[in-house]
Amino acid sequence: MTGATGNSGAPLLAIGELSVRFGGIVALNGVSFEVPRGQICGLIGPNGAGKTTLFNCLSRLYQPDGGTITFDGKDLLGLPRHKMAALGIGRTFQNLALFRTMSVRDNIMVGGHSTIRGGFVANSLRLPLVAREEAKLSARVAELIAALDLDGVADQPVQGLTFAVQKRVELARALACEPKLLLLDEPAGGLNHEEVEKLRELIGALRDRYGLTVLLVEHHMNLVMRVSDKVVALDFGRKIADGTPAEVQNAPDVIKAYLGASA
Amino acid sequence: MLGIMAALALAVALPFVVSGYRVFQFTMVLDYAIAVFGANILTGYNGQIALGNGAFYAIGAYTVAILMTHAGMPYWATIPIAAGTCFVAGFLFGLPALRLEGPYLALTTFALAVATPQLLKYHGIESWTGGVQGILFDKPDAPAGVPLNSDQFLYLFCLFVTVIMFVLGANLLRGRTGRAIIAIRDNPTAAAGMGIDTSLYKSLTFGVSALFTGVAGALGAIVTQFVSPDSFTLFLSISFIVGVVIGGVATVSGAFFGALFVEFVPNYADQISKAAPWAIYGALLIAFMYAMPTGVVGLLRLIVRRIDPQWAIRKDAGKQ
Ligand SMILES: Nc1ncnc2c1ncn2[C@@H]1O[C@H](COP(=O)(O)OP(=O)(O)OP(=O)(O)O)[C@@H](O)[C@H]1O
Ligand SMILES: [Mg+2]
Repeated sequence: MTGATGNSGAPLLAIGELSVRFGGIVALNGVSFEVPRGQICGLIGPNGAGKTTLFNCLSRLYQPDGGTITFDGKDLLGLPRHKMAALGIGRTFQNLALFRTMSVRDNIMVGGHSTIRGGFVANSLRLPLVAREEAKLSARVAELIAALDLDGVADQPVQGLTFAVQKRVELARALACEPKLLLLDEPAGGLNHEEVEKLRELIGALRDRYGLTVLLVEHHMNLVMRVSDKVVALDFGRKIADGTPAEVQNAPDVIKAYLGASA
Repeated sequence: MLGIMAALALAVALPFVVSGYRVFQFTMVLDYAIAVFGANILTGYNGQIALGNGAFYAIGAYTVAILMTHAGMPYWATIPIAAGTCFVAGFLFGLPALRLEGPYLALTTFALAVATPQLLKYHGIESWTGGVQGILFDKPDAPAGVPLNSDQFLYLFCLFVTVIMFVLGANLLRGRTGRAIIAIRDNPTAAAGMGIDTSLYKSLTFGVSALFTGVAGALGAIVTQFVSPDSFTLFLSISFIVGVVIGGVATVSGAFFGALFVEFVPNYADQISKAAPWAIYGALLIAFMYAMPTGVVGLLRLIVRRIDPQWAIRKDAGKQ
């Protein structure tokens, strides 16, 4: 395990034989794949295929029944869920999970919780450290607000903003922990054609700017196939394809899964 | 900031313009304000419904009484000890309470409040607590050379402690810790996803709430020079939550309005009708909630915004 972090050849994320059951339902059934550093990996599959379940394992919200998750050379399953942000995993949620009474800015500030110091004593006494750390995070959050075009709404409460804007707030919040790996769960859900085009450019631009690796769950095939370096397809909790967008798009099992789902 | 300075000036002047008994009543308002703020930190900001804070108020009060009578400590030195004791008690109570949500937590804390008076009467600790009789002790005087009567002095002493507690609490509620405390209330799963140790934060917030309530209990004991089990009934715990809601959930200044209600409305109801004071109290409570569903502070904000729509925006801009 020497220098696993510095080894750019090793994949950032390696999932091995991951299984999750809910009573009788097998949500994930021995799924294995890798995500190389700096790549955008699409994760597709019909409704109920297990995509969100996989994300919830990566955020440590679900405890898998079997398998391994190795992130940046570390065994993820040995760590509690609140360590994920500091480790470098940021995520968005399929159904928005914002802090609804807080402003856009404060939501994003919470996203950066793990990047600054200062607990109950330091904050109550307003030690000099607190002002320094706040200033540091505020500056980065202001940058994210600008990068995601949220200037106009920065100090409004998030409840009441349009769905598309709330999705951008979630994206900014996920970026605030300075992630190495960004998990996006259906970022294009509910967006119109033009907004999806913008999102595609944005994902690529953010990857380049912040040196991200991205795992992207999406039903919007056009978006996935154009933005991804590689694609993994799931169906009923099993991996049915893994390769370049073109390979996965033409894999017989994938075609069957989607035809079956739409029939 | 200007508003706070004006309020503080008014508060300092108050004991010199009203009569002795009124001074005592306003001392209790300050005392309740600290307790209501403590309840609001836990319930309003962190979303943990607390119906049992009267227990921590009692622990704070008894800590003072026991240390003053048995250990001969000066009144002021007992307050930090009461604060520390209540923080630990609250933190420890908060640990098992982590498993409980919403109404289940409310019921557990309710049970704590119900049990408190009888636990305080327990024979085994009678030599410390004075059993059913409680403990009576001497009224602290103003230090020699200070030209104040003891009511005025106690009022100003409580005001001093109140200012400290509100500065500490308000600091805690902004910045990194404050955002985390509120984020947990709004969406605990997402909060954990952002790297907040939600269990630790909830237990610590429980401890902080108990600490505030304990300091209030300590001051209350010093002001009345008397503690007894029946001063710390369930009604006291409920009063703190009444104060939270009347003043304004998740507001700092609301605690003072809530405390005014807690101190004066029962007396006022008694004056209106000796026969049915609690019916009057209930009716007044309903009338308040009907007129100000977001509490006094909520109503004040609404009025300010009606007069000056840009106010909130300027205020937020000022924070940056
Ligand atoms: N907490 C849970 N309890 C019980 N069953 C669950 C739970 N979470 C997911 N499941 C089940 O696991 C399966 C996979 O669900 P999952 O949400 O991962 O699918 P998905 O691929 O994200 O689907 P979609 O595209 O509709 O979002 C489904 O059958 C779902 O009902
Ligand atoms: Mg899903």
